[in-house]
Amino acid sequence: MSDESARLAAEAVARRSYGKLVAFLAARTRDVAGAEDALSEAFAAALADWPAGGIPRTPEAWLLTVARRKLIDAARRRSTAEQATADLLLAAEPTETDSAVEFEIPDDRLRLMFACAHPAIDAGVRAPLILQTILGFDAAAIASAFLLSPTTMGQRLVRAKNRIRLAGIPFRVPEMEDLRERLDAVLEAIYAAYAEGWSDPAGTAARRHNLSDEGIWLGRLVASLLPDEPEALGLLALMLHAEARRDARRDAAGDYVPLDGQDPAAWNGALIDEAETLLLRASRLGAIGRFQLEAAVQSAHAARRLTGRTDWAAIERLYDALLEITESPVVAINRAIARAETRGPAEGLAALDTLVADARLLDYQPYWAARAALLARAGRGADAAQAYRRAVGLESDPAVRRFLQRRLAELPV
Amino acid sequence: MEYMLLIYGNEKQMQGRSQADNEAMHAAYVAYGEALRKAGVYVGGNRLKPAEMATVVRAANGKTQVLNGPYAETKEQLGGYFMIEVPDLDAAISWASRCPGASHGTMEVRPIWNM
Repeated sequence: MSDESARLAAEAVARRSYGKLVAFLAARTRDVAGAEDALSEAFAAALADWPAGGIPRTPEAWLLTVARRKLIDAARRRSTAEQATADLLLAAEPTETDSAVEFEIPDDRLRLMFACAHPAIDAGVRAPLILQTILGFDAAAIASAFLLSPTTMGQRLVRAKNRIRLAGIPFRVPEMEDLRERLDAVLEAIYAAYAEGWSDPAGTAARRHNLSDEGIWLGRLVASLLPDEPEALGLLALMLHAEARRDARRDAAGDYVPLDGQDPAAWNGALIDEAETLLLRASRLGAIGRFQLEAAVQSAHAARRLTGRTDWAAIERLYDALLEITESPVVAINRAIARAETRGPAEGLAALDTLVADARLLDYQPYWAARAALLARAGRGADAAQAYRRAVGLESDPAVRRFLQRRLAELPV
Repeated sequence: MEYMLLIYGNEKQMQGRSQADNEAMHAAYVAYGEALRKAGVYVGGNRLKPAEMATVVRAANGKTQVLNGPYAETKEQLGGYFMIEVPDLDAAISWASRCPGASHGTMEVRPIWNM
């Protein structure tokens, strides 16, 4: 076998089973960094051995066996009794994997995700940690997606992994009473990964586009491992709805197309159908939550594909419910927009006015864009122009900036 | 793993409490300690005298320096601790949340560095 095909085989196994192998090793030692190191050594060994000896019949098991030996070697080299004990316990486990016996490696990825999104881990590093441990992203790739320097991201990841090991954070799917709350953190981390990728609408940054694919992949994984958790299904439905409209956000010239200007024919019908099925399944489980509500809003928008109109009254009700759960100013803005559709721009503006006390919104482009659009509809051109200029100044995406500038220019003088 | 549960509370507030409140709090701590022992996780624990009884000691360059008062002036003071032996952080958090100190102050959960 050639070096090239050995490399490709190792890479294929790596992509498919990286997270599973890291999770299996880390769940038994609590040492995420150690598991990653041992695995990367095992992959290097595969590249050295497989060209001569051929790809083993169960490559995953081969890699696991080598990685476990590396872990034990590393434990022997270290003098800290604590870690050595953990690793030797692992070594003593009766899972002989290098024989020809088929061995099903247990899937501990969910347990690993719960460790990464543990409340004792800084909320900002949970999503990066999941991307690294489950998907094998390197710190530089994650850093560029989250707009941080690779050094800073690298340090945060190292600190978080140390914390898992030294503070004794368990690799466990929590019990009933804690499950919902802890699952929220896992889902939020996955959604953060997806959103980072979605915010690159032009798709010019391949890495970020990749992130939304990975977010959906993780969402599918969690939904398949916890098929009776309505919020896990809700999150996946939400991401699929957003993904269905990804390409419709830009026209052929690369200009921004707002949701109400999009042609439903440009949406991905298969993704919408899948999202709808998931949302229906979730609603039958009888526990409403943030992600289901957000997916339901997207579902109401997607219904325009079939009905030709948007049911703003339903959307307003959904935002009412969401606001009660999240108290998020972003939700409040969207609710004000829905209210303007159902009760006129003056009502929408009144709802926005109640938000001005929130200092966070002063630098938030969608607040000013929403305000400008409603002022324009209310016939307050001068105020609208001011709000549009503010929105333009806060926007970083050139296509959206051009769109806002066009709206500004179209205002009646 | 061994964890130390450090109990922080506002001493001034506690000193202003009624006799009945003090007795109820004491009883709650006794019951908590009992629960730790029954669960087989208790390693040790103590209540500390007020921070104003503290003495700070440093020995730099062979000279011992002694100061009266606590190491740091803070709004909440270390008032006591429990040492427990449990499987992981979740178990430690769950015990910390049941400590009476969690409802009248702040608990800090610290893993012990086993030498």
